[in-house]
Amino acid sequence: MKKVWPILVVDDEEVMCESMAAWLREDGYRVDTASSGQKAVELAKATDYAICFVDLKMPGMDGIETMMEIHRVRAEASIIIITAYATVDTAIQAMKEGAQEYIVKPCHPQEISMLVSRILKLKKLQSENVILRKKISRKYHHRDIITKNPRMDEILALTKEIASHRSTVLICGESGTGKELVARAIHYSGDRADKPFVTVSCAALTETLLESELFGHEKGSFTGAAGQSKGKFELADGGTIFLDEIGDISPKLQADLLRVLQERRFYRVGGAEEVVVDVRVIAATNKNLAEEVAHERFRDDLYYRLNVIEIRLPALRERREDIPLLAEHFVEKIASELGKDISGISADALKILIAYDWPGNVRELENVIERAIVTSHHDMLDEDDFAWLNQRASAEQTWNVPDVSLNELERRAIIAILERKKGNVKEAAASLGIDRSTLYDKLKRYEIAH
Amino acid sequence: MKSLYVLPVGNVPGQILEWIDGTAAEWFPMPTQRMEMIPIPEGSYDAKRGQYQSVEIMKAVAQKAPGDAARVLGITEVDLAIPTLTFLFGQAQLEGTVAVVSVARLRQEFYGLPADEALLRERVVKEVLHELGHTFGLTHCHDPKCVMSLATHVGLVDSKEERYCTNCGMRIARRAAAMDGERT
Repeated sequence: MKKVWPILVVDDEEVMCESMAAWLREDGYRVDTASSGQKAVELAKATDYAICFVDLKMPGMDGIETMMEIHRVRAEASIIIITAYATVDTAIQAMKEGAQEYIVKPCHPQEISMLVSRILKLKKLQSENVILRKKISRKYHHRDIITKNPRMDEILALTKEIASHRSTVLICGESGTGKELVARAIHYSGDRADKPFVTVSCAALTETLLESELFGHEKGSFTGAAGQSKGKFELADGGTIFLDEIGDISPKLQADLLRVLQERRFYRVGGAEEVVVDVRVIAATNKNLAEEVAHERFRDDLYYRLNVIEIRLPALRERREDIPLLAEHFVEKIASELGKDISGISADALKILIAYDWPGNVRELENVIERAIVTSHHDMLDEDDFAWLNQRASAEQTWNVPDVSLNELERRAIIAILERKKGNVKEAAASLGIDRSTLYDKLKRYEIAH
Repeated sequence: MKSLYVLPVGNVPGQILEWIDGTAAEWFPMPTQRMEMIPIPEGSYDAKRGQYQSVEIMKAVAQKAPGDAARVLGITEVDLAIPTLTFLFGQAQLEGTVAVVSVARLRQEFYGLPADEALLRERVVKEVLHELGHTFGLTHCHDPKCVMSLATHVGLVDSKEERYCTNCGMRIARRAAAMDGERT
């Protein structure tokens, strides 16, 4: 609606004021008029005008003075100076003092119409941007991390302290514990909140793609590189880059990343020019990076660079007191999103949720609540809605160990994993947590064909 | 019932007044009455620009409004302008009683082209509907085909249709119906 953007027309000549106001009103705008600079400033104190058309020559306070006074009370107002005589000096002065535009009357109706529409379009975008930023900032604020667990409270206190520093942060924790949520809370509570927060999932891409994703590439640097592309580090300039699953990056990228962390500069793939960035790095992993360092799978120098501030997020089973709080929160949020009239969760159902081990942590809890809400026909989630969870738990917990030697157990485990990985030795070795060479030794020792 | 009065400001061909009568009868429920021509108001002419100040013409039309006027539409052959803008096809009081339409820039001759009566009729009808629409509280419409869309040059007048879009039409009908019971 245009009417939300009030416009002020300022001119000592009533005819000019009223005719211009009438023309703008036909376009749907709310328009006020002022016959002097003083009156205009008084009106601007009471109303947040989006645009003020101000005549340059007025007795008493002239157009430039009026503009400056309006800007003192309404810094965001766009001022359009109107004059009957175009001189370069006055135009330059008007623009220097902060006029958005300078028009010579009479001007073509189309010119004014396009000018107003362009300014208001920009204001609308700016206003939407402010609203979105506020929404994002609220969404990821510390107070929206739900907990009454003392360890989580300590973590939240720490994140508040470090929010406005540039130090690198390493967040460790099992999948689904909320590592990205904590990273966003750090970003949106600090000085960089109005700058980008850029996420990169390091495990999702191959080494070449990840390198290009992080650092960008120059035209023709590889097949398919049709033009220059900025990497995530450049896109995050001034803000924060969140490197998720950092434990999965290749040795080459570990070296490249180390250089960026040390020097805050890098080359795009295929590029000869250094790119300098100011980016805060927050990395996350569900691996034990110290152990990865010990096994020489992760560079120790990179580990120490990343691990300036370490945050270890507890698994959900280590903060069971939060399960009822989180469950109630998810019921309210998801029921509202799905348009289901579900008021809460019964005490018996909560007992099931508290007892469950939650290998997928908070994310799994959210998914389980969503499934229950979708399938439930009651206005309160009860134990029947989570009965399947007990079955899943017992299936996961019960392991009928065959009565065989440890070596035989190992042999059967290797065969089972190889079958699951369709004979892919590399993947099977990764799944078993051993090197490929170790797996080959075992295949030979147990005479397993592959 | 109150009437829609059509007031020629200066000489206006009878043919144009007939087009306006027909248009008004088609779109608005109140009777249309033609008034005696008034001269172009003295002091409305801006010699420097060779144009007439629309505000002065509006004032003159408003002064002639009869007591039973639902609307008074001034129609003139002179070229209208306001101090800030180079020209106007017409002007109206938003949700008011008075509107003015200038025929000057609706004529092909204004642009150095041969006269075209059919085109002139279309343009006059569109501008009359447009300015009277403003008096019924309608602001510019985003539908470029709607007669209430903003036209800042004659090409845009031509690209509109001689009708209100559904939304604008409904609003006019509601306002007109509300006036229907008003008696003099």
